[in-house]
Amino acid sequence: MTATRDYVRAHIRDPNAIAYTVMFLAAVLFPITVQFATNGNGDYLVGLAADGGVYMLMAIGLNVVVGFAGLLDLGYAAFFAIGSYTYAILASAHLGATPFGHDVHIPFWLLLFIAMFVAAGAGVLLGAPTLRLRGDYLAIVTLGFGEIVPQVFSNGGVWTGGVPGISALDAPKLPFWIQGPWVNEPLGFTPEQFRFTSANLTAYYVLMVILIIGVVILVNNLQHSRLGRAWMAVREDESAAAACGVNTVSVKLLAFSIGAATSGFAGAFYGAKLSYVSSENFGFIVSVTVLAMVVLGGMGNIPGAMIGAIVLYFILFQFLPNAPAQFEGLATSLGLDSLNHSTAVWPGLGEEVSRMKYVIFGLVLVGIMLLRPQGLLPSQVRKQELTHPGHHELAQRAK
Amino acid sequence: MTDYILRVSGLTKRFGGLTAVDNVSFDVPAGEVFALIGPNGAGKTTLFNCVTGVYKPTLGTVTFLDRDLTGSPPHRAAKAGIARTFQNIRLFEYMSALDNVRLGHHCRMKSHLWDSLLKTPRERHEERDITDHSMELLDLVGLSHQAENYARNLAYGQQRRLEIARALATSPKLLLLDEPAAGFTPQEKVELMELVQTILKRGITVFLIEHDMKVVMQASHRIAVLDHGEKIAEGTPGEVRGNQRVIEAYLGKSA
Repeated sequence: MTATRDYVRAHIRDPNAIAYTVMFLAAVLFPITVQFATNGNGDYLVGLAADGGVYMLMAIGLNVVVGFAGLLDLGYAAFFAIGSYTYAILASAHLGATPFGHDVHIPFWLLLFIAMFVAAGAGVLLGAPTLRLRGDYLAIVTLGFGEIVPQVFSNGGVWTGGVPGISALDAPKLPFWIQGPWVNEPLGFTPEQFRFTSANLTAYYVLMVILIIGVVILVNNLQHSRLGRAWMAVREDESAAAACGVNTVSVKLLAFSIGAATSGFAGAFYGAKLSYVSSENFGFIVSVTVLAMVVLGGMGNIPGAMIGAIVLYFILFQFLPNAPAQFEGLATSLGLDSLNHSTAVWPGLGEEVSRMKYVIFGLVLVGIMLLRPQGLLPSQVRKQELTHPGHHELAQRAK
Repeated sequence: MTDYILRVSGLTKRFGGLTAVDNVSFDVPAGEVFALIGPNGAGKTTLFNCVTGVYKPTLGTVTFLDRDLTGSPPHRAAKAGIARTFQNIRLFEYMSALDNVRLGHHCRMKSHLWDSLLKTPRERHEERDITDHSMELLDLVGLSHQAENYARNLAYGQQRRLEIARALATSPKLLLLDEPAAGFTPQEKVELMELVQTILKRGITVFLIEHDMKVVMQASHRIAVLDHGEKIAEGTPGEVRGNQRVIEAYLGKSA
């Protein structure tokens, strides 16, 4: 009891501990609150949150690559695609339609890890020849990789389903599932194997929360280990790290493939939830969005990247799609209803806002970065780098 | 018979048309302080970089403890037992002093990715051990009170000493110090020489580049002199001091 109290006392002012606690409580309360607030019709929102979790997983993984090891990866969505396609090919009737001739239905729980290893393997394949490059060159190579992978999948003909992709993927199965008032049913078990369906997105949500907790624990362990220290050292000064006995290439390769593995993991979940994959879903915009989440949330800090993911996901997939209607409503309630009607020179407020969607998005990003250049919840190091005067400034001040 | 820990033979390093190090050979006896001196631009740091694997020598060999180390990458050299400091201090500025020294243990640590991911007892145990050892090393260089501070926030002299502690953390057999006394006050130089003696007592051979003649003459057992990439003299401090070519290299030929 005293141990718990001491622990709480020691961490009460630690912003990361607070962020973790708040996020955990929010994750637990979210589906219940939503279902009660919408009279059990909130499945859509819960599913949206589960999709947001996919981005959060990717942000955590990219944070290892960009935040910890300082490697700019602009093709991160490639590994996401590889994870999704691994799931799609090995958990559907798709292979039956190829020269292979047999359906393959490997269980979701196994494929989650297979997809992870396949993506990590792709990370090693890409990283081994390219990680000798530094800085901008690496960014360009990864950018290229990110463009190539979706192209390969859309041109893979019968093996990858071409442009339409692969559909009717298997859903995860459990022997039973807990049900309750949040799905308008009495509390109890459902001893059936169907509970991961599009009619019960809470199951996916819960699974996602569990996956995220697991990944956060593992990545957090890594950050505070021998490897995490080596990543930091490589980010700060590669030559000095090498002189201290760090094999910089293999350490960077590990960061790269661990990031890729997380992305592949998220990809398998994404494929299973959507029950459909198509190369269209893995474009450059996904890589950039995840990178923006990491930078905006606070590079090098796990809860920072998670908060960045929540904020950006909310803006992109909840706020912006609803913005036109919201603005129209606001205009009406202010008695400016005339704004909502289109004229020869004015398309109507809703249409105008809808056209300006990405301008608003860009302004929000710029605004956040101006107000908090170190990110919403930065690592201590980033905070120092941005708030401490550099050597030159110090030298000038001394004059 | 003397045991040589490091043997450099016929070492040449060219950068395009410029020959920075020209056919230099010398042997560093184990358990002593060996110094490399010479005017600015003589090729001393280039030679250090060839020994530690930062540069691949154009010609010649580097043999460390009877193993050929020519051209092996820096982390191999560190693992083999060669540690170094840098002329312009290269610490990990945004890591604490303690973390800088802990990082130095990297190549001697045995926990794998698996141990780190799951925080196995072996990993915890090893982390505890290297933290204790790091504190010991910080104490040795007089920085234990600064353990939690960022390396960049330390004073200049402290940074130089922290770099030595980080190098010692790799458990080296040979320590290369690149101008360790640069910018030091006389008092700090005295402390540095004491530190060198302590390091020597731990069985670590010291190989240093230094401009301060007082430090060099007092601290070292043997000295090699480079000028324009060539070795022009080698011997005990007394011999080198009286060498005509050395005097010319430093002061210029009299008309």
